[in-house]
Amino acid sequence: MKHKQRELGGRPVEFYGHGINHLQDVEIKGRLIVIEGPDASGRSTQIERITARLEADGHAVLNTGLKRSELVSKGILEAKQDYDLGRKTLALFYAADFADQFEYKIIPALQAGYIVLADRYIYTLIARNVVRGLDKRWCHNLYGFAIKPDLVFYLDVEPSVLIHRVFQKNLSLDHYESGADIGLSNDMYESFLIYQSKISREFHLMQKRYGLIPINGNRTVAEINADLQHRIDQFLDKVMHS
Amino acid sequence: MEDYQIAMKTVKPLKMEGKLIVVEGIDGSGKSTQIHLLEKWLGYKGINVFKSEWNSSEMVKEITSKGKKKGLLTPTTFSLLHATDFADRYERNILPLLRAGYFVLADRYVYTAFVRDIVRGCNPDWVRKVYDFAIKPDLAFYFKVPVDIAVDRILVGRPKLKYYEAGMDLNLSNDPYESYRIFQGRIIDQYDSMAEPEGFTIIDGTLNIEEQQKTVRKMIMPLLPHQTSSKKIRKVKA
Repeated sequence: MKHKQRELGGRPVEFYGHGINHLQDVEIKGRLIVIEGPDASGRSTQIERITARLEADGHAVLNTGLKRSELVSKGILEAKQDYDLGRKTLALFYAADFADQFEYKIIPALQAGYIVLADRYIYTLIARNVVRGLDKRWCHNLYGFAIKPDLVFYLDVEPSVLIHRVFQKNLSLDHYESGADIGLSNDMYESFLIYQSKISREFHLMQKRYGLIPINGNRTVAEINADLQHRIDQFLDKVMHS
Repeated sequence: MEDYQIAMKTVKPLKMEGKLIVVEGIDGSGKSTQIHLLEKWLGYKGINVFKSEWNSSEMVKEITSKGKKKGLLTPTTFSLLHATDFADRYERNILPLLRAGYFVLADRYVYTAFVRDIVRGCNPDWVRKVYDFAIKPDLAFYFKVPVDIAVDRILVGRPKLKYYEAGMDLNLSNDPYESYRIFQGRIIDQYDSMAEPEGFTIIDGTLNIEEQQKTVRKMIMPLLPHQTSSKKIRKVKA
């Protein structure tokens, strides 16, 4: 609360790869904070709480997530239902959806000084693609137009804990989130566990490369929230006093 | 057939029984007429032919056209949606049909994405890597025509150009016709610079249709099944 009146400092954007031509000289004032983690890991609850806290502290906050673009989000859902999409096709479709939100929501909000809280970012998309056998270099290049977030948290939940949370939430396992499309096992339960550990392994591999901060997601909502909020507060404190 | 640049791990050197033939060139270069005649000729010979057109996947078409109508597309989303369209046709049709021994005719291929996306300002290296899963065609014809001839052919009987078609998103000119001319000129420059490194067979698109088709067929002859497999052809015909 005490820093309410202070502005976050401006800075140029930093891309993962080649970036986007017309955004090379863009200056952003806001900060990009990402929360990654599998379905039912508690991401949305955490984002709700953090948003409320940051707004109470006087920050403008924008929430974004995957499959929310004006351009393609509906298309992905429809296409998944009506067609059996190839892996590269789906990967590119998701990339288009992400790019649309990136250019029309994330960048403008950052320019305007918002704290953008992203419910997943490129890492989930990359991990899914890699687990489905697509070439790693290809997957990373695909998202070379994205900027590096200021903070990326990864809610790390044991697949065996996760599956119970999924059942509490939905009573059934999601086709894609269980990797049922890649034939890991005839048993959905087992397929889910294998798939989620594969995804988790990809996240651990990306941890160093992308500076992901693993957060023990096996704890209670309140415990995780306290941990995340503490880290975010520390970060904002630092950038506003530098 | 070799994999285009760096192959994706999932596409281990696959055996391609079929042949991939590509036509490229700006709108109005006459390439679609030529590929149509080629399709008829091969079909007449009893060869299994499949034609695939740029931006024709049912699934993606709706979205691209919606985005285009609203003028919502950025160079990056424009590029990615066309890549999605291509990947869908590639995974669904082009690759399996090549594996099955078809002559696949592509009215525009990855080169169209390279030239257009690069002109729109996408990073050339990025675009090429996005498409690096696509195999290199057996033959790629580039129908080369001076910009004025092609533009005149296109504009005959066309009162209006579409926004992206005219390259209006590039802010080249407020006049769609002027914008279109500049845009197409830049695309030609890109094609020209790609012609040698990519091994395009250049066809003079100002020649008459029959002459062009003759040259195209002559180039394709060596790819046709030889005498040894003529039985197969006869069987298909009968």
